[in-house]
Amino acid sequence: MSLVIRNLRGGVAGTEILRGVDLEVAPGEVHALMGPNGSGKSTLSHVLMGREGYEATGGSVTVDGMEILGLETSRRAAAGLFLAMQYPIEVPGVRIADLLASSMRARGVDPSDLDAALATEAARLEVRDEFLTRGVNVEFSGGEQKRAETLQLAVLRPGYAVLDEIDSGLDVDALRDVARRVKAMTTENGLGVLAITHYSRLLTELTPDVVHVFMGGRIVTSGGPELADELEAGGYDGIAARLGIEVPGPVQTRADDPFADPGF
Amino acid sequence: MTMQHPFTVDAARALGGPDWLRDRRVAAAEGLADVEWPTAEEEIWRYSRIDELELARFRPMSAEELGAPGVDSVPGGGPVAAEVGERAGLVVVRDGRVVHHELDPALADRGVVVGGLATLDHASVAGTLGATSDASPDAFTLLHDAFLAGGAYVHVPKGVVVDAPIVVLHWSDGDGLASFPHTLVVAEETSQVSVLERFGSPDVEHLVDAVVELIVRDGANVRYQAVQEYGPRTWSVALQRAHLGRDAVLRSSAVALGGAYARLRSEARLEAPGAESEQVAVYYGDQDQMLDFRTLQDHVAPRTHSNLLFKGAVEDRARSVYSGLVHIHPEAQKSTATQSNRNLVLTEGAGAESIPNLEIEADDVRCSHASAVGPIDEDQRYYLATRGVPPEEAERLIVLGFFEDVFERLPVAALVGPLRRAVHDKLGHLHPGDGRG
Repeated sequence: MSLVIRNLRGGVAGTEILRGVDLEVAPGEVHALMGPNGSGKSTLSHVLMGREGYEATGGSVTVDGMEILGLETSRRAAAGLFLAMQYPIEVPGVRIADLLASSMRARGVDPSDLDAALATEAARLEVRDEFLTRGVNVEFSGGEQKRAETLQLAVLRPGYAVLDEIDSGLDVDALRDVARRVKAMTTENGLGVLAITHYSRLLTELTPDVVHVFMGGRIVTSGGPELADELEAGGYDGIAARLGIEVPGPVQTRADDPFADPGF
Repeated sequence: MTMQHPFTVDAARALGGPDWLRDRRVAAAEGLADVEWPTAEEEIWRYSRIDELELARFRPMSAEELGAPGVDSVPGGGPVAAEVGERAGLVVVRDGRVVHHELDPALADRGVVVGGLATLDHASVAGTLGATSDASPDAFTLLHDAFLAGGAYVHVPKGVVVDAPIVVLHWSDGDGLASFPHTLVVAEETSQVSVLERFGSPDVEHLVDAVVELIVRDGANVRYQAVQEYGPRTWSVALQRAHLGRDAVLRSSAVALGGAYARLRSEARLEAPGAESEQVAVYYGDQDQMLDFRTLQDHVAPRTHSNLLFKGAVEDRARSVYSGLVHIHPEAQKSTATQSNRNLVLTEGAGAESIPNLEIEADDVRCSHASAVGPIDEDQRYYLATRGVPPEEAERLIVLGFFEDVFERLPVAALVGPLRRAVHDKLGHLHPGDGRG
């Protein structure tokens, strides 16, 4: 019973970006995957989820023992994997309730309690009604988007969640609310979390069990929460120096813009 | 017209009804001989299937087939009318002839008229019948007038507010026949009314040449909704034209789902300051259908406002055409207009044309137009998939969501649910055998 990634290789448009990723997230655990811009973090999330154009060229990913590579994206979700997106997509005219009901029906779950669950979670996450009646993500602010992503996560209750920079583009209050809700799910529902981030600020609320440093498409070192502190103090250059490796290419050109879209 | 067809002056004369209507028909039939049958060479018929429409394939109804004007004991509306829910009045029109009408007696007492054109005296409709459609008659308008044997008439006197919708149901059947439904709505000063029309036909070869005239006097407020659900072998060429007076408001909408070839010209003429019109449409074509829309937002007075939103989807081998013009005349200063047409092309063999146009002859106006044709957005599909929504269901949600902003603007709320289901049912064809809905 875990999310197990073994020697995962892959990328986008024939370019290999992931160069052998190994990771195991057990239920209830929080893993932080920290890496500089351009290190391939978002690519990892999309290869895990099977986004069109992203390809796994080797290795395996199992969710509670079930191989998901090769499955269509919605089947990976049905297997228990959830991706909270860095840039959630606007879908005009499709309310959160519509897509959650459809998701539940696809898994054979009766959606009759959905409205009550939505109301409860909306209150917990301070998601206002207007964001439930509008098309999902349409004209949502950054904070509202991330609250809405977390709301969907909380209602769907998957086994594992990949949070792709859920801490970007939102204010301190929203960050705290989102992090606390996710943390609560780890204890209440045994949610396993892979939190992709390049800041440690998320981790003050969402305390990780394991921190992985991700550079050049692979995990270069893993450790406890103290690894995040080391990053905070010395940056990726410091970690790279300690490990005797070079920080690969893109980080040097993009490090000055922490919100830059890595472009893949 | 030089082509041989059975739509002759004699045939037009032979139909029943009052003398004034017969004279009007004969004049139009004679005029028909002088106009050219349209071809796809003309801009207004570009991309259309006019070249495939052989008039000689159809024939008009005889006087016997049509029957005498007046009301039969036909039960009104049936299940279709029931779906509308609460209504203030009902007109049932079969093959262009009114066969049933009813009206809330309280409204009749206040002078509201809901009934058949052919049972009126000429004075009642002089100055209104044809007031919008006769301006520059094309072959189809003349053909319509030449065989107009009745049609629905709604008249709301000055200041009268009609709360519930007035429903007009058109049913065109008869294999190989042509029918000519007409609806004339006159909303006098400061009156308010909602009119809902449904146009339908069974699976027979049929040509429908319909004209809808909406006369919205000063300060009046009209909501108009047309739903077209023709059978797969019906050809339809319809003209819907509105004239708006000072501070008049018209919210009109069209939902087009059926027909082999179904064309709608939807035109709003803003004739006096402060007039405001909205034209919205939802269309969905599948199999070999072609849905063809030509719109005009005609601003002839200052401080007039119009907006238009037409949204469609096509799948299989279906085609759609949207061609629209915003015309701001020189005297229409301080007017605003928006025009937007968006199309989803759901399968490879389908196609949509979108041609928005502006003709602006005044310098102090605000106008915008937008147009889009494309497949379902891949990112939207992916987003729904990451939530566990299976691909075919994601497609349905996205398409229904695409139409949602038009559905929200449909003026007769009671029909939004049924129409959403009708679109959903059409979407079911996209993935046959996957357990629709």
